[in-house]
Amino acid sequence: MASGTKGGAARALLPRSIRKNWDLYLLVLPVVLYFLLLKYLPMYGIQIAFKDFSAAKGIWGSPWAGFKHFERFFDNYQFWTLIKNTLGISIFQILVAFPMPILFALLVNEVRGKWFKKSVQSIAFMPHFLSTVVLVGIVMAFLSPTTGLVNNVIKLFGGDPIYFMTEPSLFKSIFVFSDIWQNMGFSSVLYIAVLAGIDKSLYEAAMIDGAGKMKRLIHIAVPSLVPTAVIMLIFQFGSIMDVGFEKIFLMQNDLNRSSSSVISTYVYEMGLLGSQFSFSAAVGLFNSVINFALIMIVNQVARRSGTSLW
Amino acid sequence: MEYNPKTASAGDRLFDIAVYAILTMAALATLYPLLYILSASFSDPMAIVKGKLWLWPQRVTLDSYREVFGNADIWTGYRNSLIYLVVGTTINIVMTTMGAYALSRKDLVGRHALSLIFTFTLIFNGGLVPTYLTYKNMLGLYDNLWAMVIPSAVSVWNLIVMRTYFQTSIPYELQEAAFIDGCSNIRTLTRIVLPLSMPIIAVMTMYYGVAHWNSYFTALIYLHDGWRQPLQMVIRNILIQEDMSAMTGSGQSLMDQMLKAEGMKYAVIVVSSLPMLLMYPLVQKHFVKGVMMGAVKG
Repeated sequence: MASGTKGGAARALLPRSIRKNWDLYLLVLPVVLYFLLLKYLPMYGIQIAFKDFSAAKGIWGSPWAGFKHFERFFDNYQFWTLIKNTLGISIFQILVAFPMPILFALLVNEVRGKWFKKSVQSIAFMPHFLSTVVLVGIVMAFLSPTTGLVNNVIKLFGGDPIYFMTEPSLFKSIFVFSDIWQNMGFSSVLYIAVLAGIDKSLYEAAMIDGAGKMKRLIHIAVPSLVPTAVIMLIFQFGSIMDVGFEKIFLMQNDLNRSSSSVISTYVYEMGLLGSQFSFSAAVGLFNSVINFALIMIVNQVARRSGTSLW
Repeated sequence: MEYNPKTASAGDRLFDIAVYAILTMAALATLYPLLYILSASFSDPMAIVKGKLWLWPQRVTLDSYREVFGNADIWTGYRNSLIYLVVGTTINIVMTTMGAYALSRKDLVGRHALSLIFTFTLIFNGGLVPTYLTYKNMLGLYDNLWAMVIPSAVSVWNLIVMRTYFQTSIPYELQEAAFIDGCSNIRTLTRIVLPLSMPIIAVMTMYYGVAHWNSYFTALIYLHDGWRQPLQMVIRNILIQEDMSAMTGSGQSLMDQMLKAEGMKYAVIVVSSLPMLLMYPLVQKHFVKGVMMGAVKG
């Protein structure tokens, strides 16, 4: 009975609350329209992955083609190379680059000198403000076999210049280590903020118990970062299949292609350069579905340990 | 309990030394490439190529900058990027503020559903090709200013951070008092909430502004005309595709042109990155207050 009256009351209230608050809805309207038109409308276009899209007939009018494009992709000789490269770069990134901002934050948190702390942080932030084009430009200039600083050092010690950018086996390392250089400092902001919020009495209690700095770091600081780190890790897993197109695309050349071709660059080549819209939409959808499944699974696992997105 | 180095145990002292040593090395490793670039941009390209440059500029010259500022494409790119930055960031701030304020109000019916609808786009999207076809064919976002600023009009992350800021840093009673005085939502937002939100607005301006200035992907896909290209696309030709047609004075020897191109790279990195590197110190003060609060509690 009670719930019935409540529902009725809510229904009666709804129009009035909107009438009274109409300008609140006016404020949110452009944002809602943005998401509907710019984010959800393209999802309607996903159907071309199951169609033979032709520009003349449009998204709706093109004839259905079933799973043809997916089958073509799975049978493609490049399929396993793409999967291997995509996962390889992502997993390398998670293993090596992901922990760096956490370590950096733990160290910065131990610094008492204000000037030193501020300087280190400001310097560490700087590369974050460089664009991807500039970053890749710097990497290429430094690693150039003829004019680059790194090879100048190698030559100084009597070594032979290394052709870094055209060597497929070095691609992953260059990608990940340049990313650490660029983003470690900035990504640590969140963790530093969490560490700054730890209750000081915890530290005092540990000191009275005779715990040294290392012990305090391991037993107080590290556990306090776990929830935040788990959330960040879930998002990392959710984008495991689309490793930064922007950077890989710029670092790619004909000679390193065997390790730099990833799904996102393949979709770009096939779709936008090759105009195979339906095929590349299918590849893209395959990618999105795996990402979506991964984020669900990882979130589920994380929920058992008490921290999750929802 | 203040930390006192004199009474600290040997283990603690060793720990401190390690912390300072590692952080100093990290800072130097971050700084060195940046200083090298700055020095190289003021050096004779011949010295760079021959490996004479380690830290300080060698045979100081402004030739590389002359080359950069004498390049018409770079000026066009600079102007275009400035337009995209100003128009884009204005749209970003207006949209994000409106959305975040509405979502922060408890009396917005369906605000949880809306948050969910917005957040869902973080974990699933239409993908490159359907998005491209929709934007180009249905929304007319191709080869115009709007193609550069509308697709990134609102970032879900920033929307959430700003909503959290409104909820936690601006007393709800203040807004209630404004309503009792007969203020509308729009008036409350502009007269009460916004004046108290300058830290977060500054940080958002930085985030959105840097993203606009540094992006090349949208231009790569949605811009066709050369004269509309932003700075990042122009410098991509110089830095990555090593396009020598951008060089002035075609009557020189190939060697001369290569040297000039080498010097120009470093100058172009400085010229294109400096505006953004200078932005951070301006908002640093707010950065700590604004984002940390929104981010941690969000």
